[in-house]
Formats: sequence, structure tokens, C-alpha cells
Amino acid sequence: MSLGVVTRARSFPLVLGLGALAAMILAVEALIRLGAINRFIVPLPSQIVMAFERVVLEEDIAERFRLTFLEALAAGAMITVVGVSLGLLLFRVNVLRRATETWVAAMASAPTVLMYPLFLVIFGRSASTIIMMGFVAGLPPVILKTIEGLAGTRRVLINVGKSFKLTGPQLFLKILFPAALPTIFVGIRLGLIFTLINVVGVEFLINFGGLGQLINDLAERYDLPGTYAAICFVILVSVCFFVLTEWIERWLRPVD
Amino acid sequence: MASATTLPRSEAANAPRPADAGILVVKEIVKQFDTPEGPLVAVDRVSLNVRPGEFLAVIGPSGCGKSTLFNIIGGLLDGYQGVVAVAGETVHGPHPAIGMVFQEESTFPWRSVIENVAFPLEIAGIAKKDRLEKAKKFIALVGLNGFEKRYPAELSGGMRQRVAIARTLASEPKILLMDEPFASLDEQTRLLLGDKVLQIQQDLQQTTLLITHNITEAVQLADRILVMTYRPGRVKRIVDIDLPRPRSSDVVSSEAFGRYVAQIWNDLREEASRGMQDEESRALHAGEPP
Repeated sequence: MSLGVVTRARSFPLVLGLGALAAMILAVEALIRLGAINRFIVPLPSQIVMAFERVVLEEDIAERFRLTFLEALAAGAMITVVGVSLGLLLFRVNVLRRATETWVAAMASAPTVLMYPLFLVIFGRSASTIIMMGFVAGLPPVILKTIEGLAGTRRVLINVGKSFKLTGPQLFLKILFPAALPTIFVGIRLGLIFTLINVVGVEFLINFGGLGQLINDLAERYDLPGTYAAICFVILVSVCFFVLTEWIERWLRPVD
Repeated sequence: MASATTLPRSEAANAPRPADAGILVVKEIVKQFDTPEGPLVAVDRVSLNVRPGEFLAVIGPSGCGKSTLFNIIGGLLDGYQGVVAVAGETVHGPHPAIGMVFQEESTFPWRSVIENVAFPLEIAGIAKKDRLEKAKKFIALVGLNGFEKRYPAELSGGMRQRVAIARTLASEPKILLMDEPFASLDEQTRLLLGDKVLQIQQDLQQTTLLITHNITEAVQLADRILVMTYRPGRVKRIVDIDLPRPRSSDVVSSEAFGRYVAQIWNDLREEASRGMQDEESRALHAGEPP
């Protein structure tokens, strides 16, 4: 079989990706065993793999995973609904947009996680604090990308709508929104990244809830393989969200 | 031998046509834009009259106000003087009797071909089954059978433009208004699509107003050609194209076709030169220090 046939195979990118990951893990394992990386800072990948069983059986990982996933889901739903609505409002009301867009952009790069003491005072040491911190951190990219998507709708598509005498709501639902959808989803994905980082980060900081608290516990016990195994579950939450958003986007807009 | 009838501007604009009154009447349209260099008259006292079933082409050099005229007739531009009337009714804003085909690619990328074509029927509130049935007829009319479920990204530029034409025709407009619909296509595709437009126009007896800067396209398709001057856009001349119908792209090889092309180029040469000089002058001044 020639190289060209292999690289054109449908499964090739997946196999290549998994192969690269496996090669990287093996390289890290080798570097640690050779002493190039300090094993007291980075545990052996083989130890992390062995730690999975312990973390799953002894640390109630299913419940922690569920908690973190639900907190992130609640914050994700909030940034989507509120962010898209605010983006639409700022797109429609030009004065409001010009007055606030810079602030929203500044907020996107601000380390909002440092505000957690304030949120602790308002919401207490509870899931509400974690969700609200995730919401505040993930909101700005959704607003900004919604404005960008709506403003970037090609003029000719709007003119097509006008030529068919579409009403304002029809123009939004049938043309502006579907045209802006890919950009809005970029914003939602970015927002979800910030949300998830903040959800896990605040769980870690206030020692409450799901995977963040587990990582905190394991780190304090200096169980490095267990800590890294728990981080793998955080990555799994992230993967779940990305699969979910991709699926929703495909459903809303089948082909680009 | 076919002959061309030419009329001077004032005569052409005001010639009474009681026997075949225009389905689309454009009267004394003036449109001025405010620019940093001062007011710019884009269209100046342009009048035209399109008869039912007629194919009228408006031709002129870049910057002569063709697209401004297109947007005014289509109801996308206001703040002008003059009157646009469809079947005797003065039009303000987009009118259901006028269907527009745009120069730029205008299919909806998130809709399949059939969903694109059925779009105006969906807006009109026609039941899904009925509108899809109807859309299929218009897809067949533009020769895209078998592509109903494809998405625009899977089609060529010419096919996408045919989808846009089918979508406009699905709204069953009395007047089809096209703004350089083949401008982004190569010459061969342009000729073949011209054939398709001619066939549709003949099958539906569709009144059509084509805005173009392409002389061969205008002569191939039109019954009459309205030649515009460069800025401000005025009617310079109206040329009757007396080529036999039904017509096809074969007509481009005829002697009469060549004569019409030469005649219209003769009218346009001076205008195009003015446009070019104007552009060069502006580019030169733009480069000068303040």
C-alpha cells in the first residue's frame, strides 16, 4: 500500500493524532526514567495510568465529575443565553455598543477569578459561587463574537431578505442569526474554555465541589499521579462540552 | 440584415408608448450622495419604460450609477427624486412584483439548494410540501435537477448564481431585476448562463431588466439596450436590438451581432475614457500631500 493511499484514508488523521499522543507519553516516560525530568515534579505517565483505578474507586470520581460537569453546564447555558442576547442588544443599539464594547473587551482579558472572595461573600461557599464565577469569566467572548458575527453578515444576504420584504424578526431569525452562527459558536467555545477554567479553579480555591476540590485534596496529599489522573478527568469534561457544542452547531447549521 | 434604431436621450426618455404601456416605469430619477469632496450626483434624470415580457439591458461604464439605479428600482435605496411605478402603482421600498438577482454570491450557505429556492415561498407561508414541490419546478427550470439536496459550498459559481435566479423566480415576480449577475463568472459560463436566462425569459415571458457593463452580454440577451453616460449617470441612447428570437449564444457569431457590439462600444468608449481619466485623476490627487 503506497504512502498516498494511507494518508488519504479516512481514519488516518485520528490514528496520526493518537499515535502522536502515545509517542509524546512514551517520550515523557523515557525522559523521566533517564533523569532528564525530575520525577518528584512530574510523575511517570505509567504511574498516572495506574492511579486511574485508585482515583475512580476511592475518590468518588463519578459524583465529582457530575458536579463539575453540571456547574460548567449551568454556567455554559447562562453565558450562551445572556451573551447572545446582550450581543444582539449591543448590535442593534449602536450607541450602547460604542459605549460598552471596549469595556466588554477589557473584561474578557481581566483575571476575574481574583474576584472570588467577593462572590463568596455574596453567594456563600456553594455551587452558586462557582457557577457565577464561571459565568462572569465566560460571558465577554460570547458577547463580542455575537456582535462580530451579526455585524459581519454579508450585506447582499440582508438585501436578499429585504427584497423579499422580510420583517425585522424574520430578517434576524432567517438571515442574520444563521449567518452569524459559526462566529457565535466560536464565542461560545471560547466562553466555555474560560468558564471551565474558572469553575475548576474556584472549586480548587474554595475547596468545594467536584474535580477542582479533588485536585486540591490530592495535591495537598502530594499524590502527584492521582492529581494528574484527576486533571485528565477535567480534560474529559472539556471534551464532552466541545462534542456537545459541535453537535448543536451541526444541528442548527448542517453545512458550511 | 438587422438594423438598430437609435433615439437621442430626450426623445428616448419621453417617447409615449400608449399601445404598450410599461409594466415598469422609471421617471426622472435623480440621486445625489454626500461625499467628503462634496455632493455627487450619481443618477441624473434617468427615465425608462419596460414593456411586459420585454428584456431591457442598462449598460454603462463603472461609476455611471447602474447599481444605484438597481437599488432604487428594487426599493433598497431611498432619498431620491422621481418616480418608480410598477403596473401604474408608485413603489416605495421593496415590492413583491420585483424580484432581484444580485451581482455578489447571494445564496444562503446554511440552506440546501431546494431550501434556498423555497425561501420566498416559506416567507409567504406556503406549506412545506407544497413549497418544496414548487421549488423543484424552478430548480428544473434553471437546469439543476439532482442538486436539490446539495449545499451552495458544493456547487460552482455558475450553479450558485442559477440557484439565486431560481430563488427569485420562485417568488413569481412580474419583473426580474438583475444586477450584473454573471460578473464574477468566466466568459464561457457567462455565455451558457445567458442561454439559460434567454430560455427562461422565453418560457415564462418574464419581463427582465438587466444591469450590466458587458456589451456582448447585453446584445445577446436584450430587446433594447439603454446606454448610460459616465457620472452623472444619464440616458445617452436607447438601442433596439433587432436580432431574431428565440435566441441563443450562437447569435454572437453573426454579423449583425458584431455591428450592435461595435455601435454600443462607440457610444460607451467616450464614457469609459472619461471614467478612466476621472479615476486616474482621483488616484493622483489621493497620493498628493495635503
